[in-house]
Amino acid sequence: MKDLYLVYKNLTRKKMRLFLTSLAIFVAFLIFGAVTALQGALNSGIEMSADNRLVVVHKTNFTNPLPYAYVNKVQNIDGVHQVTHANWFGGYYQEPANQVITMAVDPDTYFDVYSELVVSPEQMAAWKANRAGVMVGERLAKVNNWKVGDQIPISSNIFSKKEGGHTWELKVEGIFGATDPQVDTGYMVFHYKYFMETQSWGGDNVGWLVLTTDDPAINEQVAKAIDETFANSQAETDTSTEKAFNKAFIEQIGNIGLIIFGVVFMAFFTILVVVGNTMVLAIRERTAEIAVLKTLGFSSPRIFRMILAESCLLSFLGGLLGLGAAYLAVDGASEFLARFLPNLVLDGSIALQALGYMLLLGLVTGIVPAISALRLNIISGFSKG
Amino acid sequence: MTHENLFILKNLSKRFVKGKETISIFDGLDMTIPKGDFLAIMGPSGSGKTTLLNLLGGVDQPTGGEVIFDGERVDSLSESQLTKWRANNIGFIFQFYNLMPMLNAERNVELPLLLTNLSSKERMQRVHTALKLVGLEDRAKHMPSEMSGGQLQRVAIARAVVSDPKLLLCDEPTGDLDRQTADEILQMLQLLNRDFGKTIVMVTHDPAAARYASRTLHLDKGQFVEKEQLMEKSA
Ligand SMILES: Nc1ncnc2c1ncn2[C@@H]1O[C@H](COP(=O)(O)OP(=O)(O)OP(=O)(O)O)[C@@H](O)[C@H]1O
Ligand SMILES: [Mg+2]
Repeated sequence: MKDLYLVYKNLTRKKMRLFLTSLAIFVAFLIFGAVTALQGALNSGIEMSADNRLVVVHKTNFTNPLPYAYVNKVQNIDGVHQVTHANWFGGYYQEPANQVITMAVDPDTYFDVYSELVVSPEQMAAWKANRAGVMVGERLAKVNNWKVGDQIPISSNIFSKKEGGHTWELKVEGIFGATDPQVDTGYMVFHYKYFMETQSWGGDNVGWLVLTTDDPAINEQVAKAIDETFANSQAETDTSTEKAFNKAFIEQIGNIGLIIFGVVFMAFFTILVVVGNTMVLAIRERTAEIAVLKTLGFSSPRIFRMILAESCLLSFLGGLLGLGAAYLAVDGASEFLARFLPNLVLDGSIALQALGYMLLLGLVTGIVPAISALRLNIISGFSKG
Repeated sequence: MTHENLFILKNLSKRFVKGKETISIFDGLDMTIPKGDFLAIMGPSGSGKTTLLNLLGGVDQPTGGEVIFDGERVDSLSESQLTKWRANNIGFIFQFYNLMPMLNAERNVELPLLLTNLSSKERMQRVHTALKLVGLEDRAKHMPSEMSGGQLQRVAIARAVVSDPKLLLCDEPTGDLDRQTADEILQMLQLLNRDFGKTIVMVTHDPAAARYASRTLHLDKGQFVEKEQLMEKSA
């Protein structure tokens, strides 16, 4: 388009105005990108939970451990398909700031219960065979640049080893991915038995149980049966679906998300009015120039398109920078929030959505001045200018 | 078929309606402009000079009568047809130059060429030929805010001739300039008329400017009046 230079020159003729309006749009899209990513992360935890998976935790406090004996007892309850268990290890790699989410699990059942996680059979066999082996999630491996065969020292500031020290030398035997990119792979798992035998307290506790039922329809029934089994024992349980568990965990944040979404909506509306008004004034100032262009032979539809192109260019200028900043912000935050919000990403679908809104903002803010320029009569244009 | 008259106006009328009032500017005006003419139009303020130029340039449409340009009726063209016709045939020169303030001289001169199919290289070649013609090659990159009135008007002339139109319409082209600068601009118009065969219609208040034209018509109350009559009156 030959007129692009003209459009560009018109857009940039008042630097201060350009700066302020694109800053407003920048902020709007920064907020939009960040909040939409946050919402996506909040929802993905719920969406990704399997329908037939239940979580069993200590009734008084879900961080309290449960006796190991519960594993077999639960497995024998009617409707329970497969039980596995996990212990929180925490841990960090090389320095405390570099947190690595690590759990001690049962190698024989863990990946059966979490069937959305995928590992090659060879790596699975190698991991099961090596008591000091660790299975690392794809995302975690990528972040730390770990490969199969790497020896990684993982330290804990909770646990210490029987033989002294608090660093476990683990060997990466496999890397697991997932059937869906939304599934969290930002953690790793190692052998429960090895953990219990090497840590100074020993014991036979598990952190929590995870199980699948034969059918999602009997979830409630099975959950009730489990909790009744351990009623009045010294470790009563609280069983809920993974979905409900995740939902309860993030509900508070979710509500905050709704409020933020309202704020974003208001911000967008304000910016629409401000930018729209600025465009109207900017074009009105140019009435005589538009009359000159028409006199020279520029058609009205052509001038109409030039003005829309200008408002869209403005919208994309501020919008793309804002979206880029949102990407950096989300990327930075996702490292710190990985434990709570494993899926905090500004992905393609959010970007595409943002591009759509940029186009919409550009068209809406440009349409009024574009129409008045389209209709402008040359003679009255000159007498106004 | 070639036509020796560039413009023929027959029984032209123009009325403006403002609310309940109707102002009649022209009522049965006839006029002929031969090719190669350099016509000056003089007359008191409000006599309809600008309105006439607007009608000739297809910027405004007559209420009645015929406008024949180079053998063809143009009074009944649609707005978009007129827009194209203007781009192809008419160069405009205004009293206050009307350059785009955010474009430098060469980009201003280039504007009419954006309406053609010329490549950007060809456009720039023509722009520089036009700037050379008005003696401003060395100011090609200057912004309007950095130029004097005379220079601005020369840029405007370059813009008016760059697409090689048959007709130049000038509304008080020297109205904002001092005597010496005005003379330079008028000499330039004379050159375009004599050596490049451009037909020129120029509105002016200045008898000295009118002397550069080949003939002068006096407009008063929507009619052309004989020069002698005016002379007698003023004598
Ligand atoms: N768009 C319009 N609507 C109503 N009246 C108009 C319009 N344009 C011009 N007129 C009127 O038509 C008459 C002629 O105006 P025009 O501008 O042609 O005069 P002019 O001879 O160019 O005057 P000047 O020497 O002051 O430029 C004036 O009375 C003016 O008020
Ligand atoms: Mg006038």
